[in-house]
Amino acid sequence: MLVDKVQEVFNEPGCATNQDKSAKERKKGCTKSLKPGAAAGGCAFDGAKIALQPIADAAHLVHGPIACEGNSWDNRGSKSSHSQLYRTGFTTDLSELDVIHGAEKKLFKAIKEIVLKYDPPAVFVYQTCVPALIGDDIEAVCKFAADKLGKPIIPVNAPGFVGSKNLGNKLGGETLLDHVIGTREPEYTTPYDINIIGEYNLAGEFWQVKPLLDKMGVRILSMISGDGKYNEVASAHRAKVNMLVCSQALVNVARKMEERYGIPYFEGSFYGVSDMSDTLRNIAKLLVGRGAPNDLIARTETIITEEEARAWRRLAPYKDRLTGKRVLLFTGGVKSWSMVTALEGAGLEIIGTSVKKSTKEDKERLKKIKGEEFHMWEDLKPRDIAAMLRDAKADIMLSGGRSQFIALKAKVPWLDVNQERHVAFAGYEGIVALVEEIDKTLSNPIWRQVRLPAPWDAPAPALGETAAE
Amino acid sequence: MFKAHQSNKAAAINPLKMSQPLGGALALLGIDSCLPCFHGSQGCTAFGLVLMVRHFREAIPLQTTAMDQVQTILGGYDNLEAAVLTMYERNKPEVIGVCSTGLTETKGEDMRGALTIFRKKHPEVAEKCNLVFINTPDFTGGIEDGFANTVTAVIDAMVEPASVKVSNRVNVLAGSHLTPGDVEEIRDLIEGFGLTPVILPDLSTSLGGRQPDDFTATTLGGVTAAEIKGMGAAVLTLAIGEHMRKPAEALELKTGVPFKLFDRLVGLEAVDAFITTLSGLSDRPVPARVRRQREHLVDGMLDGHFYFSRKRVAVALEPDLLYAYCGFLQEMGCEVTAAVAPTQSAILEKIRAWSLLVGDHEDFETLSRGADLVVSNSHARMSVSRSGAPLVRAGFPTFDRLGAGHRVVVGYRGTRDLLFEIGNIFLANDHEHSIQDWGLEGTTEGHHGGSHAKA
Repeated sequence: MLVDKVQEVFNEPGCATNQDKSAKERKKGCTKSLKPGAAAGGCAFDGAKIALQPIADAAHLVHGPIACEGNSWDNRGSKSSHSQLYRTGFTTDLSELDVIHGAEKKLFKAIKEIVLKYDPPAVFVYQTCVPALIGDDIEAVCKFAADKLGKPIIPVNAPGFVGSKNLGNKLGGETLLDHVIGTREPEYTTPYDINIIGEYNLAGEFWQVKPLLDKMGVRILSMISGDGKYNEVASAHRAKVNMLVCSQALVNVARKMEERYGIPYFEGSFYGVSDMSDTLRNIAKLLVGRGAPNDLIARTETIITEEEARAWRRLAPYKDRLTGKRVLLFTGGVKSWSMVTALEGAGLEIIGTSVKKSTKEDKERLKKIKGEEFHMWEDLKPRDIAAMLRDAKADIMLSGGRSQFIALKAKVPWLDVNQERHVAFAGYEGIVALVEEIDKTLSNPIWRQVRLPAPWDAPAPALGETAAE
Repeated sequence: MFKAHQSNKAAAINPLKMSQPLGGALALLGIDSCLPCFHGSQGCTAFGLVLMVRHFREAIPLQTTAMDQVQTILGGYDNLEAAVLTMYERNKPEVIGVCSTGLTETKGEDMRGALTIFRKKHPEVAEKCNLVFINTPDFTGGIEDGFANTVTAVIDAMVEPASVKVSNRVNVLAGSHLTPGDVEEIRDLIEGFGLTPVILPDLSTSLGGRQPDDFTATTLGGVTAAEIKGMGAAVLTLAIGEHMRKPAEALELKTGVPFKLFDRLVGLEAVDAFITTLSGLSDRPVPARVRRQREHLVDGMLDGHFYFSRKRVAVALEPDLLYAYCGFLQEMGCEVTAAVAPTQSAILEKIRAWSLLVGDHEDFETLSRGADLVVSNSHARMSVSRSGAPLVRAGFPTFDRLGAGHRVVVGYRGTRDLLFEIGNIFLANDHEHSIQDWGLEGTTEGHHGGSHAKA
């Protein structure tokens, strides 16, 4: 039952925020109740799709009216090095008659058409609000289709109205645990096999990290899910170590894989020099703990020393230019503390950050780095952000696309650090790229020009400069 | 009614269609001090919002009643009421427009009844703020339908019959296929005759790229509520696009203002008809500036036609824009090999193409094989990356190019610029002859079709 599943996800013991709650609070779930007329953000379906769609060789079929896929396909920057099928938008595009008569048969036909035409290794079928409401049983249809067509057809039961995008991420993860992970064996295994969980390869940024892992000799058994391959995800249970990238999104996958398959996991980040190094160290340490040869640790340290030195060398020229520049940082979760250290290393001053999506642990960590004085905003209204920018409290804002116009309309430099961005910011390469982007943006010559008032709006010139009346 | 052949696949693949509420929101964004809202789950709003932000590169005010599963079953009135009250209290907009969604329509929410109850319970809000509730189910129609239904609902809810006519006032019902730039051009043409247009909706003043002094959570710019109320005082309504027929009829029924429908404003003769109407209505000669613009277009047609003749073009757009592009391209000598629309419309009957289909981007990819040019929204970028055909981006959404809101194709000037844009693509891709081109019968097949003109 979906209700049980949602409850189970709310009870997630791996989630730091959850551990601080009473049993009663926990039952209420992780999402603040949404205020009609003042809510923002995606739905559970959106979240499930974000988590799963990066599995690139699978077909992703949305069972619903046109809004769910027609308004949203082709909008994510997750990159694939192999199949491009995940970028194809599939939907049953329910009509009025489907709503009246039910659309289970149409769903089966749609799955069949896709399998015959595209022959993907699997089809993910996403439930949405309308067919959930009319009682279309997608689990039954998927099972029937899987039997008939001889392929994994996977129901993703996360209709939008069950909750937020974050809940949807987790329900997407549950889908993998229930239907995918552990259903196939890898062709071979090595002592260096890891899974990366919760990394979506936005702007291809995992490819900034992969060469480091290759050099260490670490094999990525499966990516969950950026640049992912279905069969690799299905064999993820044979990895030696799991790395969990974005703590909030898929913690349930990492924790349950530990429970079921005994795979230890650690939370890490690819953002910033020291975080990147810690991540590499953790991977090496955990792999050695699981039987990989000891020399992995020394090899990793050599790589870290080289790469850190190179990164700081490349960052040094920016330091003079950026020292004292004030940054407003609005990102979710892990990225906050991860980026703070990284940016300060380049001389920037971070005046505050949002912690809306951060766990208690994230906040503690931030406090430790920055001291009690540092601004941490739980929920800042656009109007307040605009006022802050107008009063010139910050030189640049880093945030997601949703709030870009607050900065741009206040004629304040802005940089996209969220999911729609086109620049990759991961690893030692990425932090240099991020600082280069900040420098480019801050030093662009438009800022002085766009702040000039129109000549006719300017204050009247001083007396004597105009002809006497 | 005429029905175009419809693709009969169970799965739509790479959809061309977008939902009705999205069209509804687009219409409401052309009204000043307005807050549009979707009555549905918060994802309904988030998807629409993101798409419009990507297209216009502007802040888009769009709220949600944030329905969850329990509220959906128990009935969504409470959420609707709470949403309207919150939006009103926080932002004091002059207009609140609420579009239903697939979710609330499947449950069978009574939008009209909800409005009546709300007015009774909260007269203090209903008196100060114009409330428009619109039925826009996701599972029928598309953007054009949602846009037309919303404009009609705004007219029904807000326009008042007028006892006095203002002799130089005209209404313009501007369809969803017009960009803010197009609307600006239309206003310019109308004002050139000393006429004062009231444009519903007016995206040119709201989504063209405003520089506000302060942060605002409602729309900034667009036609005002007072102007909408006074639309009964106009002498004529100019309805632009076939899908504006329904609101034009509603306006005529309510106020007695007759309407004239222009199914497109792209192409020499189409613009001639529009200009003739304006000249007759104002009893003024055509301004010198517009005469020059016409000359320039004619000259462009003479210079450019070489490159258009017999070119094969495939077009996939919303119905009225599809008709405009197909018509113009044919008038320049092109062959329209494929015309694909996302939804049915009366205008499709007027489109002449080798194949005409209501379908998706996958159908379009198949039908557009071998075309010299593809015209569609940004989603076609994937199929042209496979076929190699040049793509002219038009319509909604255009998210991978700057200036989507300022693309102007209406009027003599707009047509001329479009002619040059497309003509330049043909010119750049023109086949350069080689020694192999004219092998005799049975040796090599030469290059047929295409332009052999020397510039």
